[in-house]
Amino acid sequence: MLEELFPNVKVEDMIEATNETLYMTSVSVAGTFILGLLLGLLLYLSGPGGLWDNKLLNWVTASVVNVFRAIPFIILILLLFPFTDFLMGTIRGPGAALPALIIGGAPFYARLVEIALKEVDKGVIEAAKAMGSKYRTIIFKVLLPESMPALISGITVTAIALISYTAVAGVIGAGGLGDFAYFYGFQRRDFDVVAFCTILIVIIVFIFQFIGDFVSRKLDKR
Amino acid sequence: MISIKNLTKVFHTKDQDVRAVDELNLSIGKGEIYGVIGYSGAGKSTFIRLLNRLEEPSSGEIELNNQDLTGLKKNELRLARQEIGMIFQHFNLLWSRTVFDNIAFPLEIAGASKKTREERVNELIELVGLSGRGNSYPSQLSGGQKQRVGIARALANNPKVLLCDEATSALDPETTDSILDLLVDINEKLGLTIVLITHEMHVIRKICHRVAVMEKGKVVEEGDVLDVFLHPKEKVTKRFVDQVMGDPDREESLHLIQENYQSGEVIQLHFVGENTNQALISDLSRKFNVDINILHGKITQTQKGAYGTMLVQLVGDKLVVNQAIDYIRTTSVEVEVDPNA
Repeated sequence: MLEELFPNVKVEDMIEATNETLYMTSVSVAGTFILGLLLGLLLYLSGPGGLWDNKLLNWVTASVVNVFRAIPFIILILLLFPFTDFLMGTIRGPGAALPALIIGGAPFYARLVEIALKEVDKGVIEAAKAMGSKYRTIIFKVLLPESMPALISGITVTAIALISYTAVAGVIGAGGLGDFAYFYGFQRRDFDVVAFCTILIVIIVFIFQFIGDFVSRKLDKR
Repeated sequence: MISIKNLTKVFHTKDQDVRAVDELNLSIGKGEIYGVIGYSGAGKSTFIRLLNRLEEPSSGEIELNNQDLTGLKKNELRLARQEIGMIFQHFNLLWSRTVFDNIAFPLEIAGASKKTREERVNELIELVGLSGRGNSYPSQLSGGQKQRVGIARALANNPKVLLCDEATSALDPETTDSILDLLVDINEKLGLTIVLITHEMHVIRKICHRVAVMEKGKVVEEGDVLDVFLHPKEKVTKRFVDQVMGDPDREESLHLIQENYQSGEVIQLHFVGENTNQALISDLSRKFNVDINILHGKITQTQKGAYGTMLVQLVGDKLVVNQAIDYIRTTSVEVEVDPNA
């Protein structure tokens, strides 16, 4: 029946494209999580009333985040060519998409991290200070654990944005389902291929959302 | 134990400087439960936060346990804070940690080993009466239980002082009493000095040894709780004393008494920290041939004994009544004849 509905879909192509999408998504989500967390912490801690309250540092971080969030993703990929070439030794393939994906995703996630951290009860931070905590302890044992459900929801939203970014990364031959749907489906007028790729992407998005919701709910003891 | 000299905190706002704490001088003895009472905006919250420098003093000195707190550098302050416990109005527990892990947190900060932490936490859970709740999360506890966790957490590093920032203000009256009992218990068992701030005179009456009344950043009255109760000098103090002793019906009663009890002698008795003469009434009726009619009164218990006022009517032979009054004068109960005058 599948062959009747999707006559032009080849299973091995689909598996390869799915693998590429999953590879790009998971690596870029991991990278975005780390870089975004760092930027988000920096935004929060240097903000007014933060532990490292520092106007200049806050302004610089906020500017970097805002600038990179403002650049359309497709332009960002092109702008990052030299950097990607230096870092990955190539500007083509799934690996070459990673720097752009992470640099595009991290500022977005950084803002979500900042919001999540702002939700942490000030009283709890104060209590930790009153106990004689080092800043490091406050960050790792109070701020991050207390905001974890929101940090997880945030990375889920970001991951889904990254999945759609991977399709855009097709312009540099990054591969993946979005790329496949465009080049082998749309351009050859094989719309069954487009439909099939779309279904697969939707399923991947659903799985990410489900995992994100599940983990976030599990961690939330409020 | 704690000595505070000329402590001042000025907040600079756009239009003006606010002196939240103004040239404050206090000394608090070891093992004392010291209460600071004031209305909101009196500066008491700022005051208690100055004691562990959650708020940086603008000027003045705080000496705690022979250590000049105000001169400490950041790292020294961190270590000093580990010896000052603090509990909060809204408990400030980490919701992501269990009761056990919340209490273990200050021990982690102090770098205690896993084994030490486990022993100490179990000890504390027992002490605050939360046995069996170690694996619960704060969200599963009632307000009173949360504050018990807060207290256990504050005691974890064997502090010399416990600061209580409106610790019972978010609790219902019954729970408040059970938390206050726990504080007294800890004070007696561990000899811990407790400094608390509150706006409820009830809290002061129930557990404090000494009290300071704050208004506009200054201590306007200070002393033994009983003295302050008995002879409140400032208006604000009188209002606080009225909170627990207040008797809005008294004026009306006096009026009615005047009309209805023409015979005999109406006298007012002041019980001032009585332990020995609480049975005065039965004592009188046994010793003198008088009938005693209790008309109106309120007696309350403080840490130093019973305190309160009572209006009674003595009916009998005029001579005997006068003898009875003279007898009361020989006791420590204060007597006022003809309170209507």
